[in-house]
Amino acid sequence: MEFDTVLMSRLLTAMTLGFHIIFATLGVGIPLLISIAEFIGIKKNDPHYRLLARRWARGFVISVAIGVVTGTAIGLQLSLVWPNFMEVAGNVISLPLFMEVFAFFFEAIFLGIYLYTWDRFKNQYIHWLFSLPIIIGGGFSAIFITMVNAFMNTPDGFTVEDGVFTAVNPLAAMLNPATPTKVFHVLSSAYLTCAAILAAITAFMILKKKTSDYYKKALKLTLTLTFIFAVITAIAGDSSAKFLAEHQPEKLAAAEWHFETEEGADLILFGWLNDAHEAIGEIRIPKFLSFLAYGDFNAEVTGLEDVPQNQWPPLWVHYMFDLMVTIGFFLPAVALLYFILSKVKRWNEHNKGMLSLIVLSGPLAMLGIEFGWIYAEEGRQPWIIRGYMTVEEAATSSPQISLMFFLFLALYIVLGTLFVLTLRKVFKDNPAEEELEKQYPSVKKGDDA
Amino acid sequence: MSYEIIGIAVLWLFLYGYLIVASVDFGAGFFAFYAKVTKQDHIINQLISRYLSPVWEVTNVFFVFFFVGIVGFFPESAYYYGSALLVPGSIAIILLAIRGSFYAFENYGSKQSMVYMFLYGATGLLIPASLSVALTISEGGFIVEESGVVSLQYQELFTSPLSWSIVGLSIVSVLFISAAFLTFYASRANDYPALNLVRKFTLFWSTPAIIAGLTTFIFLSQHNERHYENMLDLWWMFGLSVALFIAGIWLIYSKRHYGLAFISIMLQYFFAFFGYGIGHYPYILDPFIRIYDGATHESMGIALVAAFIGGLLLLIPSLILLMKLFLFDADYVKGKK
Ligand code: HDD
Ligand code: HEM
Ligand code: HEM
Repeated sequence: MEFDTVLMSRLLTAMTLGFHIIFATLGVGIPLLISIAEFIGIKKNDPHYRLLARRWARGFVISVAIGVVTGTAIGLQLSLVWPNFMEVAGNVISLPLFMEVFAFFFEAIFLGIYLYTWDRFKNQYIHWLFSLPIIIGGGFSAIFITMVNAFMNTPDGFTVEDGVFTAVNPLAAMLNPATPTKVFHVLSSAYLTCAAILAAITAFMILKKKTSDYYKKALKLTLTLTFIFAVITAIAGDSSAKFLAEHQPEKLAAAEWHFETEEGADLILFGWLNDAHEAIGEIRIPKFLSFLAYGDFNAEVTGLEDVPQNQWPPLWVHYMFDLMVTIGFFLPAVALLYFILSKVKRWNEHNKGMLSLIVLSGPLAMLGIEFGWIYAEEGRQPWIIRGYMTVEEAATSSPQISLMFFLFLALYIVLGTLFVLTLRKVFKDNPAEEELEKQYPSVKKGDDA
Repeated sequence: MSYEIIGIAVLWLFLYGYLIVASVDFGAGFFAFYAKVTKQDHIINQLISRYLSPVWEVTNVFFVFFFVGIVGFFPESAYYYGSALLVPGSIAIILLAIRGSFYAFENYGSKQSMVYMFLYGATGLLIPASLSVALTISEGGFIVEESGVVSLQYQELFTSPLSWSIVGLSIVSVLFISAAFLTFYASRANDYPALNLVRKFTLFWSTPAIIAGLTTFIFLSQHNERHYENMLDLWWMFGLSVALFIAGIWLIYSKRHYGLAFISIMLQYFFAFFGYGIGHYPYILDPFIRIYDGATHESMGIALVAAFIGGLLLLIPSLILLMKLFLFDADYVKGKK
């Protein structure tokens, strides 16, 4: 029974966060893309881009709604499911949680203004300006919540004596060692994912024979951003790995199946483990793990042998890490291929194969987010606050938790289904070509398709 | 003032804020459904959606602010309330989720169906009912702690007249506050048919609202003597509350100054809510958490208060802008923009 409530608590939290993160990521990244599109539209006086911003915003509203309700759910659930953890968190790391609410507040207010004032101002830049607080609000939500998560990995800013907090320094807790790299990587990957998803949707429309200028411009814009953010994300991911090597070596070692502390360590991709903890069928890149961890091919990397075995994270996080990294190389490669094709006159960058690859990169990017988080969270096991409190100690003792798990499962299935149905409906009933004509009658329909 | 008192005062203020803005939203859902059933929807539903559309997300943040803030200022409340409220809390989350998301789905997705209007109306009444459980258990006697396990006594909760009277009070208050706001909003929009209808709603719900308030008072005296005595010491706050209630209703009855009337009703709830809250002192959760020993570390308390002030400096101008654009822009209210 004891074991069951802990397991169910973990499953419930993992499910809620795994679901929320989809919409949270969209909530962080899409406003930036909307804003960029609107800005280009006003600057170049090009209705295509302005329409793009409008249509993205319309879809965004629906994802925000789910982001907000699932966020509210996880916020309350943290107290309901992990009461002991939240008691500690409340003492030490509640400042960023509290500030996050202000970020939401700020975002919510300006989102309301932005969505309902498209044609209210003569100077169109005023409307565009309202997009900035939305980007800032969404970005800071991510920054603050990531600080809380960073704290769970490298707790800092307090001392405990006999179970009582004697000195609490809220700023030191917020700016713990994990914060810089984590915040950087979470933000960049959110922007990357949103660019890739919007590119994928555009490519999908072109595949369905909607090859107007409108879609081509959208594709070029989103792929350019995908490429830029993918490069930044890879840099951020690399600095995350360097952080781990220094402060949380067991997480990196588990991801790399790196058992013996050694110099010039190899990077292991995929494969599987035999009973003697040896990797089989793997792709081995000599000395690259040392490079990933310290930027030096001969540096010494701590292995799992230096960590007590009861504190090893589950070894299957290796696959999560590898999948994330693979996606991290796939996304910029696809964008690059598109630009190479479009530079060479004889090749058609809108061929079926190319477009299919772009369509694929959208869902893959979101999977990258999921794999990355599962890796980061499972890699912290068995701790909930590393070094201070284990997951088992933190969970609720309430046996009804199993029932709650299934209730929420049902809720997410309903929300997910309705999300997809509503989005389809919004855009099916209102195709871009028709809307372009209605909103901006000066533009000819489907010009030079 | 100590940071503990500032903390609880701020939280209570936000809970009051949520009480008002959420009541407007929840009640509007019920009235929209009622109007649909009685085929009067063409009269008021336009009015309702014009106000609610731009602000629904803001409403939710008030609530998030409260529960995040209370964990920050009084970490023990996460432990006790969190352990005890798993089931009612989860139910409230699910209702909020259904309401919040269906709102977006329907508003942006398709025309309004009966099922949706029903869910929208019903959740509007069920959410305050489920959230009111937290207030009820704060009175003590519903939670036991045995060998480190905190649990809620469902039997006691469901058979307590106090808990049912609080549920009743929350529901009728929602309807009353909402109707009073819509009356004001309709009068600003010069929408006379709608005004006529919502004015009738306000007058109708005023009687149950005041009766439920008195009933709760009586049951509280039986359940928690100490709290009741404290409230009697604050008799002037409740007296003011009743006077403001009468003033508000009188204005609406005589069809004058609807704005002032709504402000009186807001103040009526303000005084009652704060009289109740101050009477609760020194307990956050009777008898487990008291304000002084349950509070967070001092440095955190000060940091939270500082963050709060910084946050307000950011939010108040933004909120004023929002209200200017949607609540006080006469053309927008009248549907011309
Ligand atoms: C599209 C998403 C995406 C992509 C392409 C990548 N990542 Fe990532 N990664 C994330 C999305 C993500 C994330 C979801 O944002 C995580 C989860 C927790 C966190 O801090 O960020 C993460 C965590 C994370 C961590 C663990 C950090 C920690 O727990 O403190 C490391 C070491 C890396 N990543 C490294 C990389 C490398 C070397 C990549 C190569 C290009 C890479 N990531 C691509
Ligand atoms: C938003 C992206 C996130 C995802 C997808 C995610 C995913 C997960 C997963 C899969 C688990 C289960 C691990 C296990 O028990 O085996 C988990 C646990 C947990 N996460 Fe995260 N997480 C995310 C971010 C966060 C953040 C920002 C916080 C901090 C507030 C957090 C707090 C927790 C807690 C308290 C647990 C339960 C204890 C544990 O199992 O370690 N998570 N999360
Ligand atoms: C890194 C992971 C996370 C990110 C990037 C993130 C970001 C966001 C964003 C941008 C929103 C606004 C909704 C939208 O625009 O779609 C949101 C909503 C919300 N999130 Fe998350 N979130 C994360 C994880 C969490 C966790 C772990 C919690 C729990 C403490 C949480 C609590 C909330 C709450 C309470 C809301 C609703 C706020 C409201 O009422 O507006 N989030 N989140």
